Amino acid sequence: MPTAPGRAGRARRRRDTRAALLFISPWAVGFLVFTAWPMLYSAYLSLTDYDVINAPRFVGLDNYRQMAEDPQLLLAIENTVVFTLLQVPLQVVVSLGLALLLHQAGGRAAGFFRTAFYLPNMTPPVALGVLLLLLFNGQVGLVNEVLSWVGIQGPAWTTDPDWVKPGLVLISLLTMGSSVIILLAALRNVPGELYDAARVDGAGFWRRTASVTVPMISGPLFFITVVNTIAALQSFSEAYTAYFGAGNSTYSNDAALFYSIYLFRQAFEFLQMGYASALAWGLFVVVLAVTLVQVRLSRRFVYYEGEQR
Amino acid sequence: MTGETGPPSTPPAVRHRRRWTPSRVLVTAALVAATVVFVYPFVWLVSASFKPRSQVFDNRLLPQDPTLATYVQVWDEAPLLLWLGNTLLVTVLAATAVTVSSALVAWGFSYFRFRFRGALFALVLATMMLPGAVTMIPTFLIWNSLGLTDSLVPLWAGNLFGSAFYIFLLRQFFLGLPREVFEAATIDGADNWQLFWRMALPLTKPAVVVTLLFEFQAAWTDLMRPLIYLRSSENFTVPRGLKTLVDTFGAGGEFQWQVVITASVITTVPMVVLFFLGQKHFVAGIATSGTTR
Repeated sequence: MPTAPGRAGRARRRRDTRAALLFISPWAVGFLVFTAWPMLYSAYLSLTDYDVINAPRFVGLDNYRQMAEDPQLLLAIENTVVFTLLQVPLQVVVSLGLALLLHQAGGRAAGFFRTAFYLPNMTPPVALGVLLLLLFNGQVGLVNEVLSWVGIQGPAWTTDPDWVKPGLVLISLLTMGSSVIILLAALRNVPGELYDAARVDGAGFWRRTASVTVPMISGPLFFITVVNTIAALQSFSEAYTAYFGAGNSTYSNDAALFYSIYLFRQAFEFLQMGYASALAWGLFVVVLAVTLVQVRLSRRFVYYEGEQR
Repeated sequence: MTGETGPPSTPPAVRHRRRWTPSRVLVTAALVAATVVFVYPFVWLVSASFKPRSQVFDNRLLPQDPTLATYVQVWDEAPLLLWLGNTLLVTVLAATAVTVSSALVAWGFSYFRFRFRGALFALVLATMMLPGAVTMIPTFLIWNSLGLTDSLVPLWAGNLFGSAFYIFLLRQFFLGLPREVFEAATIDGADNWQLFWRMALPLTKPAVVVTLLFEFQAAWTDLMRPLIYLRSSENFTVPRGLKTLVDTFGAGGEFQWQVVITASVITTVPMVVLFFLGQKHFVAGIATSGTTR
C-alpha cells in the first residue's frame, strides 16, 4: 500500500476515512434502522403480548413456553424438517447430475440446455404454486397422466396428506437451475490434467467422478447445500399459494403448514405479533445452528484449491 | 484460485472431434428429457390459457379450439393492467435503488482504507445470515407507523440502503479494478464522486447489470411482502393479485381454473422476456456468486 509518509499520509488517511464513511453511510443508516433496531425490537416483542392495536404487554417468557407446548407448531416444525430433508439432498444430487451431463455435452449444446434449465427460476413462486395444483391434480393432472402411460396409478398429490410434501418437493426442484449453473461453472474450472492422469491410471467415468470431480468441486457443492438448506427451512410462497389463503378451506392443509407459513399467519392473520416474534427468533436460532454445523462439517471434507482469498 | 491450469474450460468431450458416439447420444437424450421436464410446464400453461374452460385439463399440447375468451374474462375480472403497472414501478425502483446504494457502499469498502473496515464489512456479511422473519414484524411496524402500509413504498424504499449480498458481489468486482487508474485520475483532479460514478461504475458494468437483473427478478416475483403490506386491490402487484385470483377462482373458490392459468401466464411472461434479454448476464452472475465463496 503506497502511503505517503508522515503528516501527508495521516491527512490523506483522514480524508480517506471521511470519504469512505460517506460512501458506506446508506448501509450504516439501513443497518441501524432496518436491521439493528428491528432485531432489538423483535427481541422485546417476543417477550410481550401484542396485537398492533393495543400497546405491547410484557409477559416474560410466556411466548417461548407456549412454543414448547404448541401442537400446531410441532406439526409445522415436522413438516419443515421433512420437506428440507427430502428437498435438499434431492436437489443437490440431481443438479450435480445435470451439471455433469451439461459438462459432457460441452460447447453450444450446453448453452442451450442451460438456458432451458434456468427458465423456471424466472417463474414467480406464486405461479409455481398454481402449477403444482394443476399439474399434480390427482384426477386430471398431467403428472398422473404421464405416470399412467407406464401403468402407475398416481397419488392424489394435492389432497392426500402423505403426498402433499412430495408434490411440493418436486415442484420446488424446477428451480434448481441456478445450482446447476454454479456447479457447471465449477466443473469447468477443474484442471483437465487431473482427468488425464486419472485416465492413465485406468479410472473409468464413475471412478473419475467420485475421485476427481466431486472433491475438486466440493466448495461449490457445499455452498449450494448450505444455501438450499437455508432456503428450504424458510420456504413459503409455493405452499402458501396452493394451500392457504382467504376462502381456501377445501383442502386439508395441515400437511403443507411450514414454519414460515405458521409464523406469517400468527403475525399477519391472527395478529399475534409477540408470539410470532418468538417464532422468528426460534427460526433464527435453527438457521444459525444448521449453518454453523454445516460449516464445521465442511472443514472435514471440503477441499479448497490453493488458498482462496 | 490457482491460475495456469492448462487450456481453460475445455471439457473432455470437446477435445475429440464431435462424433455421435453412443455415450454422446445418451448424454444428449438425457438432456433433452430433462429439458422437457423443465420447460413443458410452461408450454402447458400457455397452451391451457388459450383453451375454453371445459378443455383446460385435456393435456393436449395444442389447444383444440383456441380462444381468447379467458384473456377477455381475466381482463373483466381483474385490473391486470393496473397490477402490471404497479409491479413495474416497484421493480424498477427496487432494482435501481438497491444497485446504486449497494454500489456506493461496495465502493466505500473496496477503494478506501479506514479503521474498522474489516470489522464493518464482516458485519455486512453477517447480516446475510439473518432470516427475514426476524426483522419482518418491526419493519412492518415502522412502515405502519409512517402510515405507508397499503402503499407500494415499503416494497422498494428499504432498498435505498443497500443489500449485503449485492454489496459483497459488487465489491468483488471493484477489487479487481487496477488501482493506478484511479490514482492517476485523482492527480488529474477527479474527485471521489467522479471516480465512483464516472469510472468505477462503468468499468464494472457486468456486475451492475447482474445486480439490476437479480433484484428486478426478486421484486417481480415477491409474494410475502405484498401479502403483508397491500390491502386494496388497486395497489396489488401481479403476484399478489394472482394469489387473490387463486383464492377466488381456484383452490377453495369457484374452480374457474382458466382464469388462474391465464393470470399465471401474464405474471410469468414478462420475467421470461427479461430472462432472454439478460440471459448471458444471469448466467455469469450466478456462476460468480457460487465460486467467489
